[in-house]
Amino acid sequence: MVATRYKTAFQLYPYAKVAAQDSAAVRHPVVIVGGGPIGLALALDLGLKGTPALVLDDHDGAGLGSKAICFAKRTLDIANRLGASQPMVDKGVVWNVGKVFHADDKVFDFNLQPEAGHRNPAFINLQQPYFEKYLVDAINTAQAKGAPIEIRGQNCVTALENHGNYSTLTVHTPDGPYQLEADYLIACDGARSPLRDMMGLSFDGRVFEDNFLIADVHMKADFPTERWFWFEPPFKGAGQSALLHKQPDDIWRIDFQLGWDIDREKELDPARIRARVDAMLSSQAGHVPEYELEWTSIYTFQCRRMQKFRHGNVIFAGDSAHQVSPFGARGANSGVQDTDNLAWKLDLVLKGVADDSLLDSYASEREHGADENILNSSRATDFMTPKSDVSKTFRNAVLELAGKHAFARPMVNSGRLSVPCSYIGFDLFGEDALQGPDTARPGMTCPDAPHGEGFILDHLGGGFTLLAIGCEATEVAAHGLNVSTVNVATPSPELRSRYLGDTPSAVYLIRPDQHVVARWAGFDSGAVSNALKIAIGKA
Amino acid sequence: MLNLTPNLPDPDGFYEELIRAHTDLSKEQSDAFNARLILTLANHIGDRAILTAALEAAK
Repeated sequence: MVATRYKTAFQLYPYAKVAAQDSAAVRHPVVIVGGGPIGLALALDLGLKGTPALVLDDHDGAGLGSKAICFAKRTLDIANRLGASQPMVDKGVVWNVGKVFHADDKVFDFNLQPEAGHRNPAFINLQQPYFEKYLVDAINTAQAKGAPIEIRGQNCVTALENHGNYSTLTVHTPDGPYQLEADYLIACDGARSPLRDMMGLSFDGRVFEDNFLIADVHMKADFPTERWFWFEPPFKGAGQSALLHKQPDDIWRIDFQLGWDIDREKELDPARIRARVDAMLSSQAGHVPEYELEWTSIYTFQCRRMQKFRHGNVIFAGDSAHQVSPFGARGANSGVQDTDNLAWKLDLVLKGVADDSLLDSYASEREHGADENILNSSRATDFMTPKSDVSKTFRNAVLELAGKHAFARPMVNSGRLSVPCSYIGFDLFGEDALQGPDTARPGMTCPDAPHGEGFILDHLGGGFTLLAIGCEATEVAAHGLNVSTVNVATPSPELRSRYLGDTPSAVYLIRPDQHVVARWAGFDSGAVSNALKIAIGKA
Repeated sequence: MLNLTPNLPDPDGFYEELIRAHTDLSKEQSDAFNARLILTLANHIGDRAILTAALEAAK
């Protein structure tokens, strides 16, 4: 038997018995536990590179409930590289206007006018089950073209035996248990990670003593597609802060910050939730629009991470490794960046091009990413919920000043949206031998820009790539790698300003995850070869 | 001219440091700390007209 812990929104990979269940344990190069956004993105990335990936999920599809709702540009750029982004952007809600309220007053509006010349918007709102479904659709497409990806639904890992260089897993299914082996085991099994518990590893950090009530409501009323955030909302029983945000399918996400000492059962009473939602919606619309409650939940959160994301051949990614408050969309978005970082390294190690120690850089780079996210999300939470009287005095002073003076607005913090993580100064990055713009320094992600009929990011990543602008590079084969070349004779204005600045020419060496390794003013195959050696940890 | 447009690099980092400076202070100690901080900053600004404009802007 496999217990059902939650309802699914979409059945995506129904249980089907496989021959391996009746045979001796079969060894797999990569076993991914967890079929959420992180496990699926990793499997797709590996499969597209030709490295076999087996995903085990204890359910048979995407869990119900909107959970993550905000997907950032970096995530969409990664999904684009994986061939999965178009339906996400088509379905997602793009918003630019936000309003910040303090009690009865509107403090200010902001309009996040997107910078021109990028394929993807800064972020979209999309319910997590859709995100997962589109990844599975892309996996099915890749499988049809021969990508070695397998997803086994209702396969619940109940025991883990670690032998150092491989692991044995006991897996329960509707047809009983079986065993399999993994060279590398990737735990993408969420914040409550059973694998982490099986290994007796700790997950330390800061508990925020607060409860948030989420109500997703279905409303046909003509409300603007804006993000509305209240500090100290004036409507009855709303708590310390409230948020209104639109999702696809006429669904609105409403968040109420309830405080610490609450009666959960009472607060989840639909009549009580409706009273809160009525008060919020009528405060702006002047009346209560017609709506239905779609999904409600109360959550508390913590900001914490594992001390080390890698434990021998067991590697943690996504919420199993790090957890943040939801303000700023840094949960699923940072997890997808984990997979972006891990997939190419695992692939090169399994193909024998890089040493196993390359995987240590996954841990150090993404531990840094997690620290950055925890810092930002803790700051937002402390601004939203001041922890002392003086902190509240300053917070309210910022809000009052922000209503009158622009200077205080950058201090108003209701969540800083996830931006791509930079690895400037980390070991795997080479020289910056170009007087080029700060937007594309070694360690950073490549900025997007129009190129030809499409965008430059369409041509970068997957493998190592040389981008030559205003000069020519030839293909380089070194250290077991073949580096492809993108030569741009006439850059678009955006490509010029983001990659060249005032210099006439540039050569960029780019990692498979679209991070810049090194850059030069011209092409020198020796310099490229040296940088490649650094990039795969062999220098 | 008093600058009322955003001028502070890393506003989140500054805000965190400011609040952290008050850790474990009583109300009285916090008020006194704020007073010392304002006087220190006023000296650095060193321009009477700007300080007068700031006193007005903060009302």
